[in-house]
Amino acid sequence: MIAYLGRRVIQSLLILLGVSLITFALLYLLPADPVRQIAGRSATPETVENIRRQLGLDQPFFIQYWHYLTSLLSGDLGRSYIQRSEVTELIVSRLPASLLLMVGAILCELAIGLTMGLLAAVRRGTATDQTLMVASFVGVSAPQFVVGLLLLYVFAVRLGWFPIGGYGTWRHLVLPSLTMGILGAGWYARMMRSSMIDVLRQDYIRTARAKGLARGAIIFRHALPNAILPVIAMIGIDIGIFMGGIVVVESVFGWPGIGQLAWQAIQRVDIPIIMGVTLVSAFAIVLGNLLADTVAPFIDPRIKLR
Amino acid sequence: MSKGGGDKRTGVYAPAVSAAAGAVLEISGLTVSVRGEDGERPVVSDLSLTLARGETLCIAGESGSGKSMTALAIMQLLPWPAARIESGTIRLHDRDRGDMDRRYIDLAALDERRMRRIRGDRIAMIFQEPMTSLNPVLSIGRQLVESIEAHTDLSRAEARRRAIEALKAVRIPEAESRLKQFPHELSGGMRQRVMIAMALALKPDVLIADEPTTALDVTVQGEVLELLRDLQREHGTSIILITHDMGVVAEMADRVVIMRHGRMVEQGTAADIFSRPQADYTRELLAAVPRIGTGVGRQKSAEQKSVEAEMPGSVAVVNDLHVRFDLRGGFFGQVSRRVHAVEGISFSIAPHETLALVGESGCGKSTTAKALAGLVPYHGDIVIGGRNLAGLGRDQRKAVRRDVQMIFQDPYASLDPRMRVGDLVAEPLLIHGIASKEERSQLVAALFERVGLSADQMELYPHEFSGGQRQRICIARALALRPKLIIADESVSALDVSVQARVLDLLKELQREFGIAYLFISHDMGVVENISDRVAVMYLGQIVEMGTRDQVFSNPRHPYTKRLIEAVPVPDPARRRPRFARLDQEIPSPTRKIGEEPPKLALKDVGNGHLVAVS
Repeated sequence: MIAYLGRRVIQSLLILLGVSLITFALLYLLPADPVRQIAGRSATPETVENIRRQLGLDQPFFIQYWHYLTSLLSGDLGRSYIQRSEVTELIVSRLPASLLLMVGAILCELAIGLTMGLLAAVRRGTATDQTLMVASFVGVSAPQFVVGLLLLYVFAVRLGWFPIGGYGTWRHLVLPSLTMGILGAGWYARMMRSSMIDVLRQDYIRTARAKGLARGAIIFRHALPNAILPVIAMIGIDIGIFMGGIVVVESVFGWPGIGQLAWQAIQRVDIPIIMGVTLVSAFAIVLGNLLADTVAPFIDPRIKLR
Repeated sequence: MSKGGGDKRTGVYAPAVSAAAGAVLEISGLTVSVRGEDGERPVVSDLSLTLARGETLCIAGESGSGKSMTALAIMQLLPWPAARIESGTIRLHDRDRGDMDRRYIDLAALDERRMRRIRGDRIAMIFQEPMTSLNPVLSIGRQLVESIEAHTDLSRAEARRRAIEALKAVRIPEAESRLKQFPHELSGGMRQRVMIAMALALKPDVLIADEPTTALDVTVQGEVLELLRDLQREHGTSIILITHDMGVVAEMADRVVIMRHGRMVEQGTAADIFSRPQADYTRELLAAVPRIGTGVGRQKSAEQKSVEAEMPGSVAVVNDLHVRFDLRGGFFGQVSRRVHAVEGISFSIAPHETLALVGESGCGKSTTAKALAGLVPYHGDIVIGGRNLAGLGRDQRKAVRRDVQMIFQDPYASLDPRMRVGDLVAEPLLIHGIASKEERSQLVAALFERVGLSADQMELYPHEFSGGQRQRICIARALALRPKLIIADESVSALDVSVQARVLDLLKELQREFGIAYLFISHDMGVVENISDRVAVMYLGQIVEMGTRDQVFSNPRHPYTKRLIEAVPVPDPARRRPRFARLDQEIPSPTRKIGEEPPKLALKDVGNGHLVAVS
């Protein structure tokens, strides 16, 4: 177990290194010039060159990357070009909001998706099953900004149950979490349904029935733990999808998380912030996968970590 | 009770209600139908039978005879919504009611809630596949305790105590610590015992065992059958044993019901069925059963023997073959343990000869076959047609391998469902670039005729054939390249006995005609005695005994060989074996730590080339 975790941590560090290199290279090759953004259109060529030298952007690529990497190891993500403050501080101040949103979204998608999938599998072939599957299809295929705006219109503007945007109470959390959760819920519903149908066909379910167990015990004690395994592996991958969605959803709802920070930074070519947010996202994805893999043996004793 | 005479076409007897004062279960006029594409089709038709208290009733028949459907109908576990009970009653004696008129409950008319109380408590069931019949994510203890709790008001601690008792009853050593184990940590035999413990924990009136030993090794089968008999004596449970194996029937049954195509063909006491079968089908079924030591094995003509003597060399020579699989572990995923699947075995096969490799699961017999067919990496020498594969390049090896073809166990899984069977048989020719398109289709047509199919079936797809026909297609495919050696890995194990007998006959005919040598791998000693010239017995990756068929079967010298032959149930109730000796430990694992080499067995000639391991 410890050897396994050790190996996974080393692997994770290598992944993060790779992500940082690729992102850095892509931003370097970007045709937009960050210095122009900082200096403004009316700046003289000398000013531009001065700023460029100040930021070290006149150095060759690998020197720039080396500088970035060495300061990264001491926990320094650099200074924002535009906002004139430390990237670390910016991210730390906004991370809790994003994490809260992510937890809300995961809860939403699990609650909605697993319930839908379970119900559809148990009532397989009925109208309930078909309705749920159509619903999940809509969930999977609807773009998040459309879902977000629709939810805002119905529940905030028309019904007034929830605030239109902002951050603070649990009411603020509901609509953005739902918006992010609906996509995943659609996936989970489909996965859970097929996984559950497969499990319900297994010999051990027949054994459980032959023992005279009640329906509830068969479904929740015998079928569910087996059916949920592939779904758990999915949650790890899901965090990556969330990171993409968070940029859109935070903008729609005015949610002060790192998604919004990233959005502003991208518009203004604020390279240190883009790098910082990318690394934090990559870290979240790696951590999510590691967690999912570590949880699996507790559900299925056949899985051994090595 | 009727003795199974009379009209064998209808073969149905009214349940002897008056005589069945001791009957615990009475089925009358049971018809089960399954809804398919072309409407409802009966899979069990008008079946009537009674089960007396404390007796063992065997329902025997080949696949599709409706025997399992009958069992599921009794339990009300028919696959929903495809199958349903169309008519008939299944009456279970109600021990709680003394009142004469209401002494029976009709299970066919019970609702799900009341049926649930019967299942597991009054009627319990065990299934064929012990590997998949237990829930992999719940501990043995949890699964045992929950079935006790479902039907009693016992506290958790008392239920646990009952669970331990049940495990002890099925002779599982260290019962208490087993409760914490998970199914994957137990062998197949142990799992089947857990299933039996679970079924008998509540002392049911009826135990339905659906092919309970079919998936188990023959020595384990002997132990499990013995256990069932002992438990029946102790508890007086009535058993319905469903099986295709007439050996098991002879071993276990008080009475026998023979079924075919959903109908009862014949019923009677075990002695009557075996010594005086009335129905033609029963006679056919009994005739097809391979038996050990009845001399039905083939006799070679003197002429053939002289031909062999003149044959130069062997088709295949295997010398000091090793196959090991690395298991990785530790921080950097280094090799920490090895599975010693095959440990230095040597044998040779002559043209016209059938060498059988026998042994139980995990003994390395299939791995040996795979090495010979070039499907796993190996160490040692494999010489085919006088050429050692080790010294050859890729293309040369491919050419030599043409002479070795394989037929696998599962005729359903070994044919690509999206290809026409004609193309499947032509494929080896195509791969080796032999013959033009027209010649190929002529060759394939001839092969189809040869294996007993017709040439116009070439355009069909695999799912349109029965299991036996599919195995014939596999044989045609193996024959396409005119190989010198065919490896048959459990090739008839999945077939019904009557089909099995015909496929074995075909294999023997082909051998006479083309002089092919067979490496015949099987766990079934009866089949092996029927087809083999020489036999090699494998145990833990090594050969423990090798000799001619007669040497091994009439004069087995190694204790493992003796045990293997003794374990085979004899299809004759008059010759029931004395008690079968149980082994206290399981067969050890071939997995070892690095540097820990297994002891090498030396083979000693005990006369006329009969080799036996000495340790």
